[in-house]
Order: sequence, then structure tokens, then C-alpha cells
Amino acid sequence: MNRRLFPLLTGLSLVIFVTAPILIVRAPYESTMGLVQKIFYFHFPSWMAMFFTIFILGISSVIYLFRRKPVADRLAVAAAELAVVFGLMGLITGPLWGIKAWGVWWQWDARLTMAVILELILVAYLLLRQYGGPGSDRLAAGLGVFAMANVPFLYISTEIWRTVHPRTSVVPTLPVDFGIPLWWSFTGFIVLCLALLTARGRLEEQRAAVDKLYLALEEE
Amino acid sequence: MSEFLRVAWLVVRKDLRVELRSKELLFTTLFFAVSCVLVFAFGFVRGGRAVDGAAPGILWIAIAFSGTLALGRAFERERYHDALRGLLMAPVDRPAIYLGKLVGLLLLLTVVEAVLVTMVAFLFQAPLFQYPFRLYALLSLGTIGFISVGTLFSAMLVRTRNRAVLLPVLLYPVTIPVLIMGVSGTAALVQPEPDLAMARLWITLLLFFDVVFVTLALWTFEPVMTE
Amino acid sequence: MDCYHMRVLLVVVGLVAIGGLGPVPVVAQLTEAAQDGFVPMGDIPPEDQLPAAPLLVAAYAVVWAIAIGYLWTIWRRLGTVEQELAEVARRVKSKD
Repeated sequence: MNRRLFPLLTGLSLVIFVTAPILIVRAPYESTMGLVQKIFYFHFPSWMAMFFTIFILGISSVIYLFRRKPVADRLAVAAAELAVVFGLMGLITGPLWGIKAWGVWWQWDARLTMAVILELILVAYLLLRQYGGPGSDRLAAGLGVFAMANVPFLYISTEIWRTVHPRTSVVPTLPVDFGIPLWWSFTGFIVLCLALLTARGRLEEQRAAVDKLYLALEEE
Repeated sequence: MSEFLRVAWLVVRKDLRVELRSKELLFTTLFFAVSCVLVFAFGFVRGGRAVDGAAPGILWIAIAFSGTLALGRAFERERYHDALRGLLMAPVDRPAIYLGKLVGLLLLLTVVEAVLVTMVAFLFQAPLFQYPFRLYALLSLGTIGFISVGTLFSAMLVRTRNRAVLLPVLLYPVTIPVLIMGVSGTAALVQPEPDLAMARLWITLLLFFDVVFVTLALWTFEPVMTE
Repeated sequence: MDCYHMRVLLVVVGLVAIGGLGPVPVVAQLTEAAQDGFVPMGDIPPEDQLPAAPLLVAAYAVVWAIAIGYLWTIWRRLGTVEQELAEVARRVKSKD
């Protein structure tokens, strides 16, 4: 399944990403932020993709903890790495937007803080998997569950704290002219995410196959 | 249910009894907490006066650091002589062991925090005792949140190679919400015009956090600790 | 240090670099500037266009670079593992 799925997904996401700039250029300018607001069309979907992968990480961690399915573990690792990647995209495009729109590279407002903390948790997950030694797959699954459970708490704080970030409610009330390129890019990111997941999952699969062969070698 | 609590209580009693003989964990953690606050005192004092508004942050950081120190050694005794395996093989609900360890650590930290609050109030001239009940609520809920995650992680890592460095690496990012809520709540109490409504909000959020994460820890303790 | 370690290290360094750019003390002004929504506009004054364009281009370039870069690291790791797989498979076969 992986053999055909990956090229298909990659091709699809490429198509979406190549056509996205056309839609983005045609979208109207935002009245106070002007041209630089167009970073939004990549910035927001990359965060959504990050949340999507954290969700996958959490669910597959639960499945791995309670059902011990190896597929779930592979998916969890892939999802964690991807979440770091998408988070990095968001963390870099954000300040590039912010320096023009707000005048500062960085602000410790709640949304940005949450972004950094989530990224930290995910890097910690990867460090655990890398340096935890044997048995770290199970431990990492525990951490994955906690990471997913943490997201709402981190998110809630944005509703309480004052923030310079555009409020989340911007998206539901977006005028259609802004909405189309946004959702197009969003689809592109999700498809890209799925493509990368299959690729990364395949890597884990092959690693597991090598381990099995080594065991077979030792048995003889 | 009562069996569950009984087992938890047995674990607490065992740890208390062992601890009271040597008082090793208590004294070393207390001393560490005190030195921590002193280091902050040297770092955050300008011209002989404490920097404004630093007290809540310093208090909670000291709690976090002392807590991590205590957590690192929470399962230390069980590592020797296969005591951990014996504990896990006992025909009891495993989460009860977790609960027992959690309560034991909370008791330790209660003593440490009593000292910490007094020191911080004194050294940084912060009116921490102005609203003692709310402060108590913040501290206890915050500590429960922090230690509940920490006990699980500490148990998880007990047989791991790099556990000493991995515990803080895993623990701090996941418990940052607790720190944020605790510091903000304490700041709301200590600021020149105390904002009691905000403090109550943070206390409520901390309560939610505790409920969610203690439940999660109880739920995942068993599968995480099984071979 | 193999490529996996390098990647994790690069991510951490990148994060530290981003965080280290630091908050700037313009908070007081900025908290008033919170927006409630996007408001569409037709034309923008020309002086607004130039400074923003490099940032916009940089943002898109970064996203593409990270995506392609990550894909490349997967491809490279996959290559190494598949080589190892072939090698071990050969050894197992020759033992039979």
C-alpha cells in the first residue's frame, strides 16, 4: 500500500502547493497588514498540520500503550517528527510576519508561548526515543498521551490572556475571498502531512525489518 | 475502592517510615530549596532591594526545582535489591502504588514549600500571606499537578539509561502550564491591587489540570510499567 | 554523529536561535493593537509593498525548504536502512 500511496499523496500535495500561489496572489489585501498578511496562508495551515499530527501522536500512543500494536508505535514516531517539522515552519513564518505586522520578532503572548512549549514537548519526545535505550517506545507512548492531553490546557490560556495575536475566531468569520486560498493551502498541508507520514512510517517499518533479521541471524 | 486506598496508604506508610529513620530526602531537598532561593536572591536583587514582581516566579521555580530533585530519587530505593519488581509483582492494583508514591512526595513537598513561602515572603518582601487560603489552594493544586506528572515520569524512567537527565527534559515542558497558572495566580494575589477574580480563575484551571492529569497518570501507570 | 542526531540537534539549535531573538519592550503599545478579524482591502499604498515582499518570499521559501529538506532526510535514512536490510538478508541467506 505504501508504495503507491506515497507518490500519489506527494503528487497531489505538489499540485496543490504549486497552484496555491495563484489563489493567494488573487486574494485581496488585508487593510491594516497589507502584503505581509499573505504569510497567513502558509502560517495558519502549518499550525493546523502540527495540531493534526499531535493528535495522531496522542491516539497512536494510546493504542500502542494498551494494544501494543507495532504499527501504532511507528505512526507515533512519524507523527512526532512531523509535528516538530510543521511546528518549525510555523515558528519561522510567524516572526517573519510579526516583524512587519507588529514590529517585533517575538512576543511572549499566550499563543506563541504555547507554540514553543508544544515544540519543546515534541523535541523531548524525540530525545526520549533516541536516548532512552530499550523500552523507550512504551515510555514515549506515555509521554505522547500527556502531550496530547496538554494541548487544550495550553490552548485555553489564549482565551484568557490578552494577546496581540489575531483571535482564533478570525477564521470562522473570514470573508470568502480570504477563505478560499486558506482552505486550499490547508488541504495542501494535510495531504503533505499524510505523504510525509507514509514515508516516515516506511522508514520505521524497514528499521523493524532489519531488527527482525538481526534476531534471525543470531538464532542460527 | 477501599482496597485500593488501603494499598496506597501502605505505600505511603512504608515510605514515611523509611524516610523518618534517615530523613535524607527531607533534609537534602530542604537544603536545596533554600540554596535555590538564595541564589535567586543574589540574582534578582538590585541595589539592595528585591526586584519588583519577581517573587511569584521565584517561588514556583524553586518549587519546580526542588520537586524535580525529590522526584529523581522517588523510586531510588526501589531500584536496589529488585524491590521494584517485588512491588510490581504484588497482587495489588498497580495504580495504587502510584497513588502512594504521589501522596508521599506531596507530604515531603508540603514541608519544603512551607519553608519556601516563608523565605520568599521574607527575602523579597512579597505579601504572600495576605490571602492565605487562596495561596494554599494555588500551591497545593499546583504541586499536585506538577508531582502527579513527575511521579509517573519518574516511575517510567526508573530503568532507563539516561534517567537523571531525561526526567527534567520530559517533565518541564509538560508541566509548564502548571507553572504558568501557578505564577499567574500567585502574582494576582501579590500584586499591588490584588485581582481575586483572576486568582480564582487560575485556581479553577489548576483544579481541572489536576483532575485530568491524575486520572491520566492512574490510567497509564499500569501499561507503562509493564514489561 | 549520524544524520538522525544531526537533525534533532539542528531542530534544537534552530529553536534556541528563534527564542533567543528575544522579546522587545514594545508590549504596551502592541497590546492595544489586537485585531478582531481580517478586513479586505482593494489597493495598498505603494510604500507598503516593498518591505513586506522579501519577508513574504522568505516565509514561503522557508516552508518549501523545510518540507523538501525533511523529505530528503527521510530518503537518505531510508537508503541507509535498506542497504543494511539487503546486507543482513544476504547474511541470513548465506547461513542457510
